Parts: sequence; C-alpha cells; structure tokens
Amino acid sequence: MRTRTERFLPFALLLPTVAFLTLLIVIPMVQALLLSVMAENGGLTLDNFRRMVADVNFSDAWRNTLLLLILIVPLQIVLALVMALLINSRFRGHGIFLYIYAIPLAISDLAAGILWLAVFTERGYLNSTLQSAGVIDQPVLWLSFDNFAGILSAIVIAESWRATALVLVILIAGLQLIPRDFFEAADLFGANRLRRTVHVVLPLLRPSLQSALIIRTIFAFQTFAVVFALAGRNMPVLAGEAYTWYATNRNEHVAAAYAVVVLGLTAVAIVAYLRVLGLREAEVQR
Amino acid sequence: MNARVLDRSVLYAGAIFLAIWVLVPFYLIAISAFTPQAKIFDYPKPLVPSSLSTDTMQFFVEARGVLPSVLNSLLVALFTIVFGLVLGAPAGYALARFRFRGREAFQVVVLMTKMFPIAILSIPLAVTFLQLGLYDNLISVALVHTAMALPFIVLVTGGVFVAVSHELEEAAQTLGCSRWGAFLRIVLPLALPGLAAAAIFTFVISWNEVFAATILTLRTRTLPAQVLASLSTSPLAFKFAGGLFMVLPAIVFIFLIRKYLMNLWGSR
Repeated sequence: MRTRTERFLPFALLLPTVAFLTLLIVIPMVQALLLSVMAENGGLTLDNFRRMVADVNFSDAWRNTLLLLILIVPLQIVLALVMALLINSRFRGHGIFLYIYAIPLAISDLAAGILWLAVFTERGYLNSTLQSAGVIDQPVLWLSFDNFAGILSAIVIAESWRATALVLVILIAGLQLIPRDFFEAADLFGANRLRRTVHVVLPLLRPSLQSALIIRTIFAFQTFAVVFALAGRNMPVLAGEAYTWYATNRNEHVAAAYAVVVLGLTAVAIVAYLRVLGLREAEVQR
Repeated sequence: MNARVLDRSVLYAGAIFLAIWVLVPFYLIAISAFTPQAKIFDYPKPLVPSSLSTDTMQFFVEARGVLPSVLNSLLVALFTIVFGLVLGAPAGYALARFRFRGREAFQVVVLMTKMFPIAILSIPLAVTFLQLGLYDNLISVALVHTAMALPFIVLVTGGVFVAVSHELEEAAQTLGCSRWGAFLRIVLPLALPGLAAAAIFTFVISWNEVFAATILTLRTRTLPAQVLASLSTSPLAFKFAGGLFMVLPAIVFIFLIRKYLMNLWGSR
C-alpha cells in the first residue's frame, strides 16, 4: 500500500505545475491561433493576417526586430564573455564585481529604457557631456524620428547594458562546470591567458554559449518596453505592434496575428535549442 | 620582471571599467530623479548636481494613479508568490527526491517554459478573462506572472530540497513521523532560506513585468503598466522618478538573492 502511494506521489506533486502551465500556456496558444484566423462575424478568414502584412509598420517592425537582434546579441555575448572570464580568474574581490555586473538582471526593460532616456534625451547627460567637452555646440537630437541611427544606437546600448547580465550568469555557470585542473594544466604547458582562453576555455564553454545565444534570440523577439521608452512609436517592433493593435487600435484579431508570428519565431528557436541540447547529450555519452 | 603585476593591473582595470559601465546609468537616473523640477531642462547639465531636492520624486508619488499602482504591484507580486510557491514547490520537491518515469520530459518542459514568451499570450488571455469577468483584475495579472515565475520556482526549490539532507528526513520517519510530518518538522525549516530566495526572485519577476500587466488591465494598473501607458503624455520628471522608483526595490532584492543567481539561469 505504502509503496503504491510512493509510486504515485511524484506525479501527484508535479500535477499542479503541469495542469497550471497547460491552462495558461497551451490553451492560450490555441486561442491565439483561433483569434488570428477568426473574422468579426465568427467565420474563418485570413483577413487579419492580410491586414497585418498590409499595415505600413509591418515590414519596419520585422526589419527593426531583426536588426536589433543582429546588433545586440553578438555584443552581449562578447561583453558577457569578457566579464565572465575576468570573474573566473578569481582575482581578489571578484565576488563584488560579479554582483555589480549582475545588477541589471533585476531591471525591467521599461526601467532600462528610462535610465538611458536620461542619457540620450535632448538635454540629457550625453549631450551635456559632449557640450561641456566642446565636441558639439548644440544638443544633438539622438531620439528624433528622423534620426534612425541615433534611435537604433540608443536601443542597442540600453538593451546590451540590461540583458548582458543574463548571458553573464549563464556563462559563469558554464565556467563553473569546467574543472579547475584544465586551467592549471594549460598553465603548466606554458599557455598564456589569451591562448588558454581560445584553445581550452572557449571549446568547453560552447554549450553555454549556444544556450545563451538561443535564449537571448528568443527574448529579442519580445523586445518592447525599452523601445517604447526611448523611441515611442518611432521604432516599430513586432511585440510593440501586437501591443499597439490590441491597446490602441482595439483589434485583438490582428494583435493575435502578431502574437502568432512571435510564437512561430520562438518555436523555430526552441527547436534549434533542443537540437543543440540533443547534440550535447550525444557528446557527453561519447 | 613585472609581468605578473602588469597582468593584475590589466585585469583590475578591465573589471573596474566594466563596473563603471554598469553603474553609471544608476547614478544618472538617481541624480535625475533628485534634480529639482525647475532644473530638469537645464543644459548643459553638470555630472555632479549643484542642488538636490525631493520635489521631483514627490511630484511622481503624488501624481494621479501612482500610489494605487504601487499598491497593485505589491498585491500582484504577493499573489504571484503564493500561487507560485503552492504550485511549484511540490514539483521542486518531487525533482529533488524521486527518480520516476517522465522526469527528464518534465525538466525539458520547465526549461522551455523558462524561455517561452508567456507575456505575448496575454492577448488571447485578455479575451478569455474578459469573458470570465476577470479582465482588469489583479488576480488575472498574477496568474500570468505565476506562469512566468513557475519554472524558476521549480528549479530553485528543487535545488533547495536536494541540499536538505535526505538522511535527516528518513531518520524522522523511522522515529515515527509521517512523510508529511517529517517534511513539516525537518525539511521545511531547513529549506526556508532557499524558499525565501525563490519568493524574492518571484517578486522581482512580477514587479518588473510590463507587457502582460499593460494588456490585462485598464484602470487597475500595476506600476510598470501605469508608467508605460502614460509614457507618451508624461513629463520627463515623471519618467525619471518612475524609473528610479521601479529600479530601487529590484536592486535590494537581487542583492539578497545573489547566492542563488547561478541556479536561476545557469541550470539547463
């Protein structure tokens, strides 16, 4: 009797989590699909997708989302890698630096956008500093609607600042899995720090780098509040358009179509992630 | 001769430079939020403020809807912590104590939910909540936040329960405790600090969440929803003070749980 309860106990303990996630993830996913292909009168239609594609902001939203992805993710990986390797050299006081580098982990994308708004706004700290240094003689409009490069740079900087911490934590966890002997062995054979990093650490860190890359890619499809804080509606992105169609245009069908697009992109990235993961398990077994 | 010293100096210089890069925006938002309102548009602004005042912060706190939204944010976070721990801690315990069929599959599910764009699902959910009469309700926001926090809670509590000695728990059972009694008397007290860390991290997730909170509410705004919805109409002073207001508790809380940060994101 006791063994029977014992056998079912783990499943009973998992049930609440599984049931809740099904209710709040699987069902709404199906509903997003249904909403996106439903006409106002309840019939099936592709009109919502046509409206989405025909909208002036659609191609811009695609371009901007992908552009931000391509600019931000590599920057974050490099920056986080430098931070992680510095921390991993275990110099005196490295704990404090790890904490400082990790702080942005607790900052929302909205707050990060506002923090950098104080820097990039017309009379902000960037213009103030440049002016005091004599580099410019009147404020530069970094975030004006006709300064695409300015807006783009501000968003790239704000997002790199905020979300590098996430990549850092993943990489540090990966570095901790590498036995210390590896570093010492490399020392013994006279490898200097740079060569040791390239030939010993990076190959061993590959799984962590890959998962960081994919997690950041997925999150990049959801970039939204940081863009709104810095650029308002001057820089359409996919998640922002979903929000605008729902909250401003009051059309949940087109909003759902955008949601389906984001979900589709995520699905592709998750499949890629699982394949990488499968690869890694095969490597471990080998 | 001094290759080692040089090596160290480069290391420290790099570390300090990166620390400055991370910290400077916090400093700038803090002095912005404490700049007197009349001086917000001064130009060029000095990097060391000539005068500080709380009137910008006061203006923000006294603005319509701000205090209720702070209260709403706290309530949503509280609900999320309760829902999340009640649902997720048992699953963490199961992962820590049992080998069972489907364990790996469940871990993959947890991993995928961690990455899943749950916020975007608030669009179909808003339609459902409207039909159920739950729209513009703090509970509905808390439910979505719970789904976001749940994978992290399962991972952290799993790690916490693994760390609590299995032998102690078995000893209590041999000495006459029921499984539940052993859990309550032995495991729970030992796991409490870790559970508190899970609760704090859940708070940060909920306190920071913008998209779902904005979509799912209209009048019952949380703080980020309130700030986001008024971005295009609010003056700079309001935004700066709001930014600092959102950032401060998050910094304190991340400090409290710094030990657990690796478990949260590092585990795959």
